[in-house]
Amino acid sequence: MSLNPASQPLVLEAHGIVKELGEGAGRIMAVKGVDIALKSGELTLLMGPSGSGKTTLLSILGCILSPTAGTVSIAGTPTAGLKPEALAMLRRTHIGYIFQSYNLFPTLTAVENVRIALDVAGVTGAVAIQKAEQALRDVGLGHKFTSYPAHLSGGEKQRVAVARAIASAPSIVLADEPTAALDSENGHGVMRLLAQIAREQNRSILVVTHDSRTLMYADRVIHIEDGKIVSEEHPAKAPVTELSGKAILAAAPVAVAADNTPAEKPRRKSAPQRTKEPAEAKILTDLIQKRKSNA
Amino acid sequence: MILTLAFRNLFHDRIRLAVTLVGILFSIVLVAVQLGLYLGSSREITSNIENAKGELWITAFGAKSFEDGGTLLTQKERQAALGTPGVKSVAPVLSVFAEWRKPKGGSTRVVIVGADAEDGGIAPFRLVEGTWEDIKAPEGIAVDKSYLSELGIDGIGSTAQIASGRVRVRALTDDIKSFTQSPYVYMPISRARALLDAPGNTATFHLVTLEPGANLETVRAEIKSKVAPAEVLTKDEFLERSLKQWLFNTGAGAALIGGALLGTLVGTVIVAQTLYSSTKDHINEFATLRALGSSSGYIHKVILAQAGMSALLGYALGMVLALIIVYAAQGSALPILMTPALAFGLLVLTLCMCAISAISAIFKVTKIDPATVFTR
Ligand SMILES: Nc1ncnc2c1ncn2[C@@H]1O[C@H](COP(=O)(O)OP(=O)(O)OP(=O)(O)O)[C@@H](O)[C@H]1O
Ligand SMILES: [Mg+2]
Repeated sequence: MSLNPASQPLVLEAHGIVKELGEGAGRIMAVKGVDIALKSGELTLLMGPSGSGKTTLLSILGCILSPTAGTVSIAGTPTAGLKPEALAMLRRTHIGYIFQSYNLFPTLTAVENVRIALDVAGVTGAVAIQKAEQALRDVGLGHKFTSYPAHLSGGEKQRVAVARAIASAPSIVLADEPTAALDSENGHGVMRLLAQIAREQNRSILVVTHDSRTLMYADRVIHIEDGKIVSEEHPAKAPVTELSGKAILAAAPVAVAADNTPAEKPRRKSAPQRTKEPAEAKILTDLIQKRKSNA
Repeated sequence: MILTLAFRNLFHDRIRLAVTLVGILFSIVLVAVQLGLYLGSSREITSNIENAKGELWITAFGAKSFEDGGTLLTQKERQAALGTPGVKSVAPVLSVFAEWRKPKGGSTRVVIVGADAEDGGIAPFRLVEGTWEDIKAPEGIAVDKSYLSELGIDGIGSTAQIASGRVRVRALTDDIKSFTQSPYVYMPISRARALLDAPGNTATFHLVTLEPGANLETVRAEIKSKVAPAEVLTKDEFLERSLKQWLFNTGAGAALIGGALLGTLVGTVIVAQTLYSSTKDHINEFATLRALGSSSGYIHKVILAQAGMSALLGYALGMVLALIIVYAAQGSALPILMTPALAFGLLVLTLCMCAISAISAIFKVTKIDPATVFTR
């Protein structure tokens, strides 16, 4: 079965992936026979309920976990039977991985966290510093180069993790909920960046997400449930270039309104947007006012 | 970045770093003192032999050391050597323990070293006051200035009695210590024979100087065939024999080297322990590195860099303390010697010690599965 009839080369192919996890009675099948292929220039979303096996699948595609059954090949190289060193080599040359729990080095600053991934991939010296700083600027952390993870907010840590994954320009980026800890503005910023990398640098990007705001960036959406792919769709997506600040900001209040969370949280998170865009800010304040008077 | 990460990991837990450094410091100081004592003792034991001229030593059969030369040789051995082709000169040396009577009462044991500087034997070296001419004057001797109080005298001009005769201090040497704690007393060989009532021409050793170009082994074999059962040793052989007598037959050297080994062992265990626990604490980061695609060599380098940094830091601190101890021990009976070679040797030892300590930590990370990043 070919998932990608298009002309772009397949950079990642997986067939019949099965993964069993746990021991004894607690042993479960987290992934139950998944076929997936990623091609360059495409941003794919992997959506599904918690516990459906998204992280497990992603780490198998990233050659971090080995499947119980099935085959994975990266840039034409089948991974079956490869020694740990060879797998590590594939990871550092082809894959940028964004961990759901960030996995930053607590003893290194933001820029050093990015540099170490470059260092592992053999990029060193002034070039590494320049690339690391650029990647951090790309995720909006140009002012946090020398901050340690302990002094970064959850969202900032997540963005450092994103910068680390993209800095060496890998052909495949596997992102595990890269916007989960981000407010609307930064969430869109990261997704826009990933979409842009996919398109302009011809990379292949797979994003695990729960976040419906990311839909607009997807070339393809795969739904997974209970370890199996249940559907796949190609949404009509707005071109990345049109997703300017205004469109994103306009989307933000809608998301807030649809959400039933208390008004205080989004209000604080939306604060910087209000100063930037008075019109949207007004809608937001009006909504919040309305809620408050209703309560 | 390897060094950065190693440095941060190291300084992340200050208490563990302190334990590591104390461990290294402890072993450096222990090893430095033990080996320093060993070197210092060796120097004391061999200083007279080192400073003697001549390539061959004719000694009584089974002579143990410079101070313990056994039965006296006679003119026969000297003549035999002189009659051997390739021999330029033969200088007799008398070296014997004797009793020194202090001018104000009491006595102590000394080693008489009787030799004539003129004939290529042993001259008192490191003279700081007086000359060989002064020593040749009536009753003249030279002693080391560090032993004045032990000998019960004040300095130049003081008199004392050795065996049957009176001696007068006419020259002083500096820093010629005696491993046996019996001070050396230098004098012309005729005076030594007279004091000891030894017949003329007797000697403990005959020092043989060869003609330029003479073959050492040929000359040695020929002299040996003539003087047997007396022995003919090269300078190095006699040095070794003296060291063996004082350092190994007495057990002193074994104790010193044993102490040094123990210090190394304790240091290695402490460093291995702290490095292992540090690696365990940072195991998630190492797993992340692995998941990011680092080779295991990269991770090993981080651990080795941690070990190397601990080694250099611990070495620096240890050397400071060791030098303070060496300095404080100067002039005491403890002859601790610190040489550039020993300092360098200690650095190499520390680095090796830390590298060996890294083995257990490296084994720990070698088995690391990058999937560990998901099981935190
Ligand atoms: N190490 C493990 N041992 C046993 N079971 C595991 C292990 N890791 C994950 N699981 C189980 O495997 C299933 C899939 O887990 P996975 O982390 O892939 O889910 P997910 O889709 O990423 O969920 P979420 O959206 O909450 O991150 C879950 O039922 C989980 O409990
Ligand atoms: Mg997950």
